[in-house]
Amino acid sequence: MKTYQGMKYTKEHEWVREDNGLMYIGITNYAQLELGDIVFVELPKKGKHYNAGEPISVVESVKTASDVYSPVTGTVVEVNDALTDAPELLNTEPYENWIAALQPENPSELDQLMDEEQYAQFCARGE
Amino acid sequence: MEKEADVQLQKTPLYDIHVAAGGKIVDFHGWLLPIQYAGILKEHECVRTKAGLFDVSHMGELEVSGEDAYEFLQNLLTNDIDARPGKAVYSPMCYPDGGTVDDLIVYKLKENDYLLVVNASNTEKDYQWLLENKKGRVNIANRSAEFAQLALQGPKSAEILQKLVSEKLSDIRFYNFVNEVEIDNIKVMLSRTGYTGEDGFELYFRPADAGKLWNVLLDAGRDFGLAPAGLGARDTLRLEAAMPLYGQELSPEISPVMAGLQRFVKPEKGEFTGRESLIEQLEGNLNKKLVGFEMIDRAVPRTGYEIYSNGTKAGYVTSGGYFPTLKKNMGLALLDTEYTGEGREIGIKIREGIYGARIVKLPFYRR
Repeated sequence: MKTYQGMKYTKEHEWVREDNGLMYIGITNYAQLELGDIVFVELPKKGKHYNAGEPISVVESVKTASDVYSPVTGTVVEVNDALTDAPELLNTEPYENWIAALQPENPSELDQLMDEEQYAQFCARGE
Repeated sequence: MEKEADVQLQKTPLYDIHVAAGGKIVDFHGWLLPIQYAGILKEHECVRTKAGLFDVSHMGELEVSGEDAYEFLQNLLTNDIDARPGKAVYSPMCYPDGGTVDDLIVYKLKENDYLLVVNASNTEKDYQWLLENKKGRVNIANRSAEFAQLALQGPKSAEILQKLVSEKLSDIRFYNFVNEVEIDNIKVMLSRTGYTGEDGFELYFRPADAGKLWNVLLDAGRDFGLAPAGLGARDTLRLEAAMPLYGQELSPEISPVMAGLQRFVKPEKGEFTGRESLIEQLEGNLNKKLVGFEMIDRAVPRTGYEIYSNGTKAGYVTSGGYFPTLKKNMGLALLDTEYTGEGREIGIKIREGIYGARIVKLPFYRR
């Protein structure tokens, strides 16, 4: 599945991508496969502040509800409203569909996350 | 996390076939079973519109026979099992206080010879319960290891199965069964029953025949769109049809009357365990009741979530989620009786918020 250059990944299977100074975050292909059919996404509120590692959204599949943790610290400036009526977009195109965009406070937090190769190895180890 | 190394997980005879078919295996009450193959939504839709094949070999089978078998079972089960051979009877089994030991299907094989099909996780408990309550000349045997079970469910089930059996299936009505049917030289007990809210059949046979029968059925159903279905779809299908799941809608604390199963409680048949308590509940002395609800606000209700009415705790969600055929978030809830009533609004506590829901009529879905 196609990813974007410079995408970073967390151990909780979120991705984050920097674009024009904003941090776009979503869930990985591994995450959506684990969850199965996604039927609901609880979006964060614009203007709300999150620390890195704090739950920012909830993705619910038929089977279960799963927290999404913010990979970086910042304030929500945009949310992807398309997911309200079409949550399954996270199944079909997980890397094209971000959940929220944050104005980051400390962009260097990205350096602590895994790059694509490290993340692929992390998934292969099955942690 | 500590590994539970001493827990022996059990496999059905179809385990390898599930893995090869891409089944996603989970631990279900100690059994390794597929939760899904192609995806829960696809499998759910397939069973509602065509047909699905489920491995339910984990279910327990207890045989009760002997001169006093009929009276013994009448004394332990809430439903009336007075029927001719060939009839299947669904019944709760209760404690003296009306709480539920299990819910099961009784197959009358012949006079004074019955097969009880029970929930997998309750098999040992039920077996012990029968032994403890043993009265008269009866033999009680746990025959679970001698049976595998498949469920063929969905509107195309009869057409698919008719290709394989000589018996005229239109003569086997819902909740009837034929003991010795042959499918490709495999001896099968064929029952027109199920747990999906659709027409369908449950097949009981020797574990050694499981792989062959699974493939024969899938081959016969290919042109009809038959596909394997897992535990995930089994749960969404039964929930839409508002069929109870033991441990959620029925339990030692939840009686069949609380769960709305009055039509399977027959005090008029005579004495049975739990009768007096259940009569009291039937007469209106009922402090809790199971209801169906649909979400008004956007949120997914799940098992265990608390329910409030104007700030007071009113009960909890027994089963809930996204209902694929109805395309709504709905669920079953056990409420204090004073908060029940169709159309009434309740609040479900989901994470930090209270989300509005409305009590609706059951079942949610009827074919």
